[in-house]
Formats: sequence, structure tokens, C-alpha cells
Amino acid sequence: MSTYLKPVPNTWWLKRKPYILFMIRELTSIFVAGYCIFLLILIFKLGEGSSSYSNFITTLQSPTSITLHIISLIFVLYHTITWFNLTPKILVLYRGEERISQRLVAGVFYFTWTAVSVVVAWLVLGF
Amino acid sequence: MDSSFCCCCLASIGVLNMTKSNEPIWWSLFSAGGMIAAMVFPVLIIITGILVPFGLAGDDPLNFEKIHSAASHPFIKLILFVIISLPLFHWAHRFKYTLVDVGMKSASTLISIVCYGGAIAGTIITAIALFKI
Repeated sequence: MSTYLKPVPNTWWLKRKPYILFMIRELTSIFVAGYCIFLLILIFKLGEGSSSYSNFITTLQSPTSITLHIISLIFVLYHTITWFNLTPKILVLYRGEERISQRLVAGVFYFTWTAVSVVVAWLVLGF
Repeated sequence: MDSSFCCCCLASIGVLNMTKSNEPIWWSLFSAGGMIAAMVFPVLIIITGILVPFGLAGDDPLNFEKIHSAASHPFIKLILFVIISLPLFHWAHRFKYTLVDVGMKSASTLISIVCYGGAIAGTIITAIALFKI
């Protein structure tokens, strides 16, 4: 005996707006991986030496690089926002008997994000 | 719990308790990578994609000597390793379920091997690249 499951078409996620947003959120992972590969190439060039690394930094000015970066930024920001809004629902923290509010947890995430961003920019660019 | 979509949702809110499964390992790596990507990738993308190419980061940004000497430090290497490796596992886990959700459930074993294998390979290459600096 097994339960009959109505077949779900592969395009189920196009049917409703929340499903489409869910799929966009899932697809942000491609841009996360893409940027990981970019960082990997960067450290690889760094190991190859000054000229190899400098050439790579120069290619950051190419329209292709800028376009890919901007598209990635949009998707990664979508990841950040959905992540910070979803994680407090999963992360159940208590102070004594009382559950710490989800808004407070999300607030801590956004505050930390801002601080981390400033520190990273300062460290990388030496402001 | 046959529906992969339902399975994914439950797994992603951490209530699905699968016995004798390596799911918790992948899920932990997914979560840690997701948090790192959320925290540091936007600012890094703004730096390498906007500030540096448009000359908004001063003269000679990301200068070789400066970045090279910083990246030679073991602690910075460890940070770079974590920043590259964990988000790869975040991708692997999320992308695997995305493919399963769009009807590739029958190939889920192969998808798992490609995704997690890709993240493991990326981690090894990252370690080698950092070792060479």
C-alpha cells in the first residue's frame, strides 16, 4: 500500500508569486558560488605573482566584469535580506523563560551586517 | 514525506529528523555558508565590482604588495579559506534541492555527488591556492 501522489508539473513554481520568489531565492546560490569562484581566481592570481595579479585587477574594469558584478550584487542582496528575515524564525533563542523576539534577532543581524561591511571595506581598501 | 518540496521546506526549518543521515552535516555547512555569504559578499562585490573599477577606492586599490602581504598571514588565510569554502557548501545544498524541486528527483544521487563533490573540490583548490601564496 502506498499513498497516491498527484504528479506535480516541473513548472509548479511559475504558478504563484510566492513560488517564483522562493525559486529566485534558491537561485541566488548560483551567484554565491559564482563569486566564490571569482575569489578563488583572485587568490590564485595572487599566488602567481605581481603581474598576473595586476592584470586580473585591471580586468575588473571590463564591462563584462562590471555587469556580472552588478547582477551578482542584486541576487546576493536578495539572499542577504531573505536570509536575515528567515533565520530568526529558525533560531529560537530564550532569555530565561521568554523567547527573544524575532525582530530583535533580525535587528542584530542587520546591525552586524552593517558593522561587518564597514570593517571589511576599511580593511580591504585601507580607508 | 515523499514530496521533495515538502521535504525541503521541513529540512530548511530543521524539523525533519532523519535517522542515520548525513543531512545535519550538509545543513550545518549550508547554514554557516549562507550566513557568511549574507554578511560579507555584498560589500566584497561592491568593492571588486563598483568601487575599484570606477576609481572610487583611491589610487591603486587592491595593490599587490598590500594584499599579498596581508594574505600571507596564516590568520588571513584561514579567514579567506572560510569565506570561500563555506559559501560553496551553501550553494551545493541549496542548488541540489532546487534541481530536485524542478523535477530531477530521480537523479538526486547524481546531483548530490556533483554538488557536494563540487564544493569539496572547490575547498581543496582553495586550500592549495592559499598554500601557494
